[in-house]
Amino acid sequence: MIKNISNLGDAALYCDFGREVNQEINSEVIKYFKSIKEKKIEGITNLTPSYNKLIISFDLKLTNFNNLKKIIENLELNKIEKTESNKITIPICCDKEFALDIKRLEKKFNISKTKIYEKFFSKEYFCYMTGFIAGLPFLGDLDQSLKSKRLETPRVKIPKGSVGLAEQFCNIYTFESPGGWNIIGNTPVNIFDKTNELKPNLINPGDSVVFEQISKSEYEKYND
Amino acid sequence: MKNTMTKYYFEVIRSGINTTFQDLGRKHLYHIGIPFSGAMDNRNFILANAIAGNKENTPVIEFAYQGPLLKFRGEKVNFNITGNVNFKIIKKQNQIEGNCYKNYILEDGDELDIISTNKSVYGYLAISGNFDVKFQWNSCSVNTKANIGANDGKKIEKDQLINILDIDSENSKKSLEYINTKIENIRVIKGTNFDYFSTEGKKIFFEKEYTVTKLTDRMGMRLEGCKIENIVDTNIKSEGIIKGVIQIPADGNPIIMLSDHGTIGGYPKIGVVISADYDKLVQLPPGSKIKFQEIELADAELLFKFYQMETKNLVLKIK
Repeated sequence: MIKNISNLGDAALYCDFGREVNQEINSEVIKYFKSIKEKKIEGITNLTPSYNKLIISFDLKLTNFNNLKKIIENLELNKIEKTESNKITIPICCDKEFALDIKRLEKKFNISKTKIYEKFFSKEYFCYMTGFIAGLPFLGDLDQSLKSKRLETPRVKIPKGSVGLAEQFCNIYTFESPGGWNIIGNTPVNIFDKTNELKPNLINPGDSVVFEQISKSEYEKYND
Repeated sequence: MKNTMTKYYFEVIRSGINTTFQDLGRKHLYHIGIPFSGAMDNRNFILANAIAGNKENTPVIEFAYQGPLLKFRGEKVNFNITGNVNFKIIKKQNQIEGNCYKNYILEDGDELDIISTNKSVYGYLAISGNFDVKFQWNSCSVNTKANIGANDGKKIEKDQLINILDIDSENSKKSLEYINTKIENIRVIKGTNFDYFSTEGKKIFFEKEYTVTKLTDRMGMRLEGCKIENIVDTNIKSEGIIKGVIQIPADGNPIIMLSDHGTIGGYPKIGVVISADYDKLVQLPPGSKIKFQEIELADAELLFKFYQMETKNLVLKIK
C-alpha cells in the first residue's frame, strides 16, 4: 500500500511505499504502476516505479498535484490481474577482459573468483525496475556474501553488456555509459532494442532472470 | 501551399557544438529508462514554430553556444531563429545580420551562419515546413546517450545533409518583438530528502550563491559553491528522477537534472526547480551566479499559469 503521497516539485507525485526493499513491496509498486498505466488518467505523462517508490509525473497545463492525489488515493486497483512475468536466461562471459572488477572483489570478499561465480550463477534474480539508462534492469537479491559498495570514483565508460554488482543488486549496462557498479562479466545479448517501440526492453519489472556462464568462443559466436 | 520536393536540403559546413533535432519530447517511457528529452527551452521552441507558421510540435534544430553553418540548396525557404543568437545570412552579393524572432528567406546557395548564442546557451532554428526526420516513440527528439530520435540519435555532424521534406512556399513576413530576460533567483520547492541535510546546510542552500560550472549539458547542470552537509546518508535507495530535481551527491555540490537526465538515481533530493523557471534556468551559461529561493507549491502553480499565459500572449503578438 502507498504509505504517503507528497509532491516532488510542482509536476509530480511521490508515492512512498515504505523504506524496505523486498519483492513484496516492489510487487505492490508494480501493481499500482500497471493499474495507473492502464487507466490512462488525463495529464499523467510518466510513471517511474522503483524498489519502494512510484513517481507520477504530470503535465501542469492539464492537471495539478491535489487533483491527481485524490484520484490516486481513490484508485481501484486491477484486482484479478496476475502480473505477467517471464523467466529469462542471460548468458555471460566472465573472461578477464570483461570481468573488470573481479580481482578487487576477490580481495574484498576474501573468497576465490570461482566461489564468487558459483554463488552468483546459482541464484534466480527478480527484476525490481528498469531505468537510469534505457532498459537497464535492477536485479536482486544477491547472496549476502556478494554485497559490495559502488566504486568510489565511477568509471567514465562501462562497455555495453557489462554485468555489475552493487549493494544487494546486479544490473546489465544496456549500452556504453558512465557507472559505478563492480563489473564481473559481459553478455552478448542485446537487452535494449530501440527499434522495437512496443517492447524495447528484454527484461521488465517483475520478470525473473537467471545467468548462465559461457566461454569466450561461445560469446564471440553468439551474434553470428 | 505545400511543396513536396526532395531536392531541398542543407549542407552542413560546420556542425556547431551540440546541434540536434528536437520537438516537445516523448512521454510514457520513464519506466523503461527513456527520459523526456525535447527542446530545452520550451518557450523559444514554441515561438520558433509559431513564427514559422508551423504546427506546435514540429521538429526544429536546437543548437548550443556555437550553432551550425549551413548552405541551403533548393529554390527558397523561410526560416527564423529564436533565443538570443548572433547569426548572419551570406548571399552571393551581400551579407545580412540577422535578428531573432523574424522570418528570413534563404535562396539556393545562401549560407546561414549561426555564430553564437549571446549570454545564453540554447537557440532554435525553424523552417516554414518540415525537416525529413525519423520519429521514435512519436518524437524526433535526439537523445545522444541512448542514440534515440532523428539522425540516428546523434548530433548533426559536419558534411552531412539535412533533408527537407516539405516547405510552405509562401513568403512570410511574420515577426515578434521579444527580448529574453535572465533570472538569477531560481525558485525551488523543497525536495523529498530535504531533511537529510544539516540546519546549516539547508540555510546555505537558500542563502549562498552558486556558480554554473562547465560540467553542464542536456543531462544535467553541475553547480559549485558552499558545500551542503548531509547528516543522514549520502545515498538513497535508487528511485525515479524528474527534470528540475536538485540532487546533492557526497561531495556536497548540487546537480540539477535536465531534460536528458537518467531516469533513476540514488542521491538525496534537496529541492526541485519550479516548472515556470525551467526555461530560464537552462539558458544560464557556465560562470553564471544563481541563488535558490524557497517557494510553496500553490505559488509555483500560479507562477506556471502566468508563464503559460505569457507564452500564449507572445504567440498572439506575432504579426
